[in-house]
Amino acid sequence: MRKVAILSYGMTKVDKHWRKSLRELYGAAAKKAMSSVSIPNIDALIVGNMCASDLSDQNNIGSLLADYLGITPSTAYRIEAACGSGGAAILGAYTAVASGMYDYVLTGGVEKLTDGVGGNTTYSLGKASDAEYELFYGSSFVSINALIMNRYMHMYKTSRETFADFAVLMHKNATKNPYAQLPFEISRETVLNSDMISDPISLYDCAPVGDGAAALIMCPLDVAKTITDSYVEVVGIAGATDTINISSRSDLLTLNSTVAAAKKAYAMANVSATDIDVAEIHDTFTITAALSVEDLGFCEKGRFGKMLSSGGLEAGGKVVINPSGGLKARGHPVGTTGAYQVAEIAMQLAGKADKMQVKNAEVGLAQNIGGSGSSTYVTILRRP
Amino acid sequence: MSVPRYWRNMPKRERLETQKCEKCGHVDFPPRGRCLKCGSESFVPYTLPDRGKLMSFTIVRSAPKGFEKMTPYVLGIVELSDGTTITVQITDVDPSEVTIGMPLEAVFRKICEDGDSGIIEYAIKFRPAL
Repeated sequence: MRKVAILSYGMTKVDKHWRKSLRELYGAAAKKAMSSVSIPNIDALIVGNMCASDLSDQNNIGSLLADYLGITPSTAYRIEAACGSGGAAILGAYTAVASGMYDYVLTGGVEKLTDGVGGNTTYSLGKASDAEYELFYGSSFVSINALIMNRYMHMYKTSRETFADFAVLMHKNATKNPYAQLPFEISRETVLNSDMISDPISLYDCAPVGDGAAALIMCPLDVAKTITDSYVEVVGIAGATDTINISSRSDLLTLNSTVAAAKKAYAMANVSATDIDVAEIHDTFTITAALSVEDLGFCEKGRFGKMLSSGGLEAGGKVVINPSGGLKARGHPVGTTGAYQVAEIAMQLAGKADKMQVKNAEVGLAQNIGGSGSSTYVTILRRP
Repeated sequence: MSVPRYWRNMPKRERLETQKCEKCGHVDFPPRGRCLKCGSESFVPYTLPDRGKLMSFTIVRSAPKGFEKMTPYVLGIVELSDGTTITVQITDVDPSEVTIGMPLEAVFRKICEDGDSGIIEYAIKFRPAL
């Protein structure tokens, strides 16, 4: 296996891009990644996306995007793992380069949620859960996570205020991110007084609906060194799964897929949770942030609130969590969120994150979840 | 939803019929190709108990397509008397009176109407034990 680097990346602001289509969005991000380095060709395009079939009536987006970008006849295909599609695509690109099959792989993802009308977007997102045994009973993506949050609050005697404070921190972080969808500050009351969607999850506990694209070019580490100074090495990467139906899990409050993927990725990178300087974690809902922080090993089970209130998740704390603003405030264009996360960590480690920059960041981690924890992709990067 | 897709799930969703691992006794719902606990592929037919208690719940206020007219409704995870946990709707109760741990029993109910010309879907829901 060859060592692999992230050579370059490009993203669009996460937003409601009413005037841009699926192909134009990905095209904009990919062109940024492609124009910032000089490479002979793109050998393959592996793109993450969840909802194009449902919301844009478009399958076969590998060909669509290869065509738009003018990289035919290179092979191109889409990877779908619900909200984990971006992370899955990067894992796909990594294995393609590491194996020696391809040298230059264009990856990342694109999502166009605003092409959905009426309840179609909510319904499409709900398909991340078990259609025959969860969706059938009138559950939505929000309500499935609300079941987890209610149980967490019951077991660990945690209040809505604790979760609200995480949303407040994410919004504060996003004010420094030019790509963020919601770059404004909120108060604890904003969250507590926002409309209840599915108790105890209120509107401001949720990531917003938005469109976006993030593209990355991955290549062998040895080659990257000859092309640019701002490459970042992929030192650990892993994916893992859990039951798709949350009620079948041995513990409702543990993301087993995150535990398993993190364990593998940490071992591969030869690091532990305490070595991580900066992490982009998958906070679809504030409860997802709590479980993710715990299951990545940043604190013990049930201690998320303590860690948050003691400043452990911000600059000067144990690990800087989501300097981008996270899914909560950077935004969550589902099938490309994992690509944003990896690009943001690469940006941090290359020292190019401007106002978002975490000082002296050497090792960073991105954790991207598909469904309500039915899959997780963990990617660990290191500054050269 | 196509009729065969609905019809083939009737034993599970309307009668709670599933399978039990012949080797370790673990009960899976929904049924799987291999036992979640021990990996065995030997199963015997098994019907889930019709009583349990509420492990967690949520009051759905923003519903997915097809369920808009029913809000607010309660969705729950029920721990059945044999320890199996399932996701179902909780019915016949004021949402504000639902509490974690409350005893429940199975009841046959309408779930949804699939548009104007589609089928009417039924399944087991759970209500406070009488």
